[in-house]
Amino acid sequence: MNRISKVSWQAVAHPLPKIPTGIGGFDELSHGGLPRHRTTLLKGGPGSGKTVFALQSLVNAARKRQEPGIFVAFEESTSQIIANAASFDWGLPALAKNKLFFLDAKLSPEVVQSGEFDLSGMLAILKAKKEEIGAKWIVFDGIDVLLTLLQNPVAEMREIYRIRDWLAQNDVNAAIITAKMDGAGLGIVNYGFMQFMVDCVIRFERRLEHGVALHRLEITKYRGSDFVAGEYPVSFGPSGMEVGAPEPAEIKQVASGERVSAGFERLDTMLGGGLFRGSSTLITGVPGTSKTTLAGKFAEAACRRGERTLFVSFDEGADRIARNLTSVGIQLNTHVKSGLLRMYSGRTESIGAEDHLLKLKALIREHRPRCMVIDPLSAIAKTGGLAAARAVANRFIYLAKDEKITVMVTAINEGDEPETEATDLQISTIADTWIHLSYLIRSGERNRALTIIKSRGTWHSNQVRELVLRNTGPMLADVYTAGGEVLMGTLRWEKESEERAKTMQRRAEFDHKRGELQAAEADTQVRIKALQQDLARQRAELATYSSENQARIVSSSDREKELRRIRSADPAGRASGSSGNSGKRNKKEARDAP
Amino acid sequence: MRRKKPKSSRSPPAVTTVVIMRLYIADAAPNSLKAVANLEAICKDYLGDSFKLEVIDVLEFPLRALADGILVTPSLAKLSPAPVAKIIGNLSDRSNVLSALGIKP
Repeated sequence: MNRISKVSWQAVAHPLPKIPTGIGGFDELSHGGLPRHRTTLLKGGPGSGKTVFALQSLVNAARKRQEPGIFVAFEESTSQIIANAASFDWGLPALAKNKLFFLDAKLSPEVVQSGEFDLSGMLAILKAKKEEIGAKWIVFDGIDVLLTLLQNPVAEMREIYRIRDWLAQNDVNAAIITAKMDGAGLGIVNYGFMQFMVDCVIRFERRLEHGVALHRLEITKYRGSDFVAGEYPVSFGPSGMEVGAPEPAEIKQVASGERVSAGFERLDTMLGGGLFRGSSTLITGVPGTSKTTLAGKFAEAACRRGERTLFVSFDEGADRIARNLTSVGIQLNTHVKSGLLRMYSGRTESIGAEDHLLKLKALIREHRPRCMVIDPLSAIAKTGGLAAARAVANRFIYLAKDEKITVMVTAINEGDEPETEATDLQISTIADTWIHLSYLIRSGERNRALTIIKSRGTWHSNQVRELVLRNTGPMLADVYTAGGEVLMGTLRWEKESEERAKTMQRRAEFDHKRGELQAAEADTQVRIKALQQDLARQRAELATYSSENQARIVSSSDREKELRRIRSADPAGRASGSSGNSGKRNKKEARDAP
Repeated sequence: MRRKKPKSSRSPPAVTTVVIMRLYIADAAPNSLKAVANLEAICKDYLGDSFKLEVIDVLEFPLRALADGILVTPSLAKLSPAPVAKIIGNLSDRSNVLSALGIKP
């Protein structure tokens, strides 16, 4: 009774102390890291990431908490390990000089074995070294390599218990043992009892999927602690390993008002200025309606803005897609070379939708894209149950939203009626924007038509537009309607020709009219000039006349004076006997000044 | 068995050179004790007096063992004559030990 209550009290008040590994995602998954003062077993096949996990934990402890560590390498030589880790930005060579001690425990192939041996000597060495550098962490990497040399299961178990006892006596913050083991694996030892010995077991797995390695991790045991169950993708970046942590249950997405181009200007115009950052766009259409072209254009536009972009295609090689898109003026290869664009092509056969999602997650974590294309997303439903594929499609869209990735997915629909829309995956309800591509057959032609069925939170064009593929890229043709229909193809061309002819005619008419007006204007100008000349002449004439007249008046008055002087006549008597001219003047004067 | 092999015709090349060896043991661990006994027997049977053996207790001198590149116990290092050889285990497989030491049985 007393004992029971004590146990339960311990369970409540003393949650298992943990020590963080500093590996992104893992500490969340394990609710805090590795068990403190305990031993953790990392198991998995070759190249599954055990060594990186162990080494990264050690490096993080040394760098972040100044805790020295010992790395015992049974499988690879120390120099190999340091060289392998050089691709990560850990500064391992510097750490190896002071904080970390690497024990090269790889037995040379020249070593001759004769009879049984044990690890008591090695553990004595490690104890001495631990005390010398004050090590808080210890890693036994690839212990299976040494144990198999014992060629005796009983001896193997004995040595494992020896290590456990050593770990119990030599208090360390955390001990990590890695071993190649897998219950189902062929040729890989199954140290079942080792899993009972340790407090935490993490299973690593590496699978090849179409030439691309997919790494996963699963916590299979964590004594005295809860943890997030299930397999999680592991990706390797410049800072080391990262685990794709589980998605939180609550949707915490921030809606962005920022617009990004959907690929080309006219489409953006139809969408009222582009797509919202972090939104999802679904493009549906039957095969051949250039869904890939639109998606490619979107990816290219993103790369041109300098945004990291991920282009995932299914059942068609990335090279082939890039090449095909070149014919419509979409250049992806330069962006692939610059590292901005990652193109990944997956096969859909024999892979479940869940696997696709894990791969997509790994790709996203690896490449960290701001824009992403999946062409076609409907491919994930090819294998496995449709219900699972639907769930995965939904989860992918939400994942993209969480990561604030602007995503464009395509889906094939079989019918040509958008309402019956395709999408077996039923993603049209969760996509923010839905562009439907179809063929319109009229006048013996099949033309591509683009419709925006919905675009959440923004104005969008309600018109059906013709999508024209040029060698300079896709474009939306000018709209001509006739009888309520948007004209396409030849009909549009005819309309365009007609419009052109009309324009030319109007231009000719205008030119003609302008000529006429110009001629009339010139004529008027000439006439104005002539009239002005007339006016000038008349003015001159008038001036001449006035001055002559004045002169005449002056001269006549002078003459009169002279006459008066000569005749000495009375000026008053002279007035009546004046000449006609002077009489006129007098009459005028009398009239003016009465 | 032990007495059959050392024929006089085979022993001279081994006897002419002195074999220098170091045996690393972990105190009184069972395998270490076995190794000491096995090596003593081999020396007695094949080397006569023409050998030098240094026994090092790794538990006592761990850092020395580390410097010598020793990992597991027991380990036997043949330092001379060349080539240098390393044998791990309790030396119960005599033929392996002999060939590593360059002794023709």
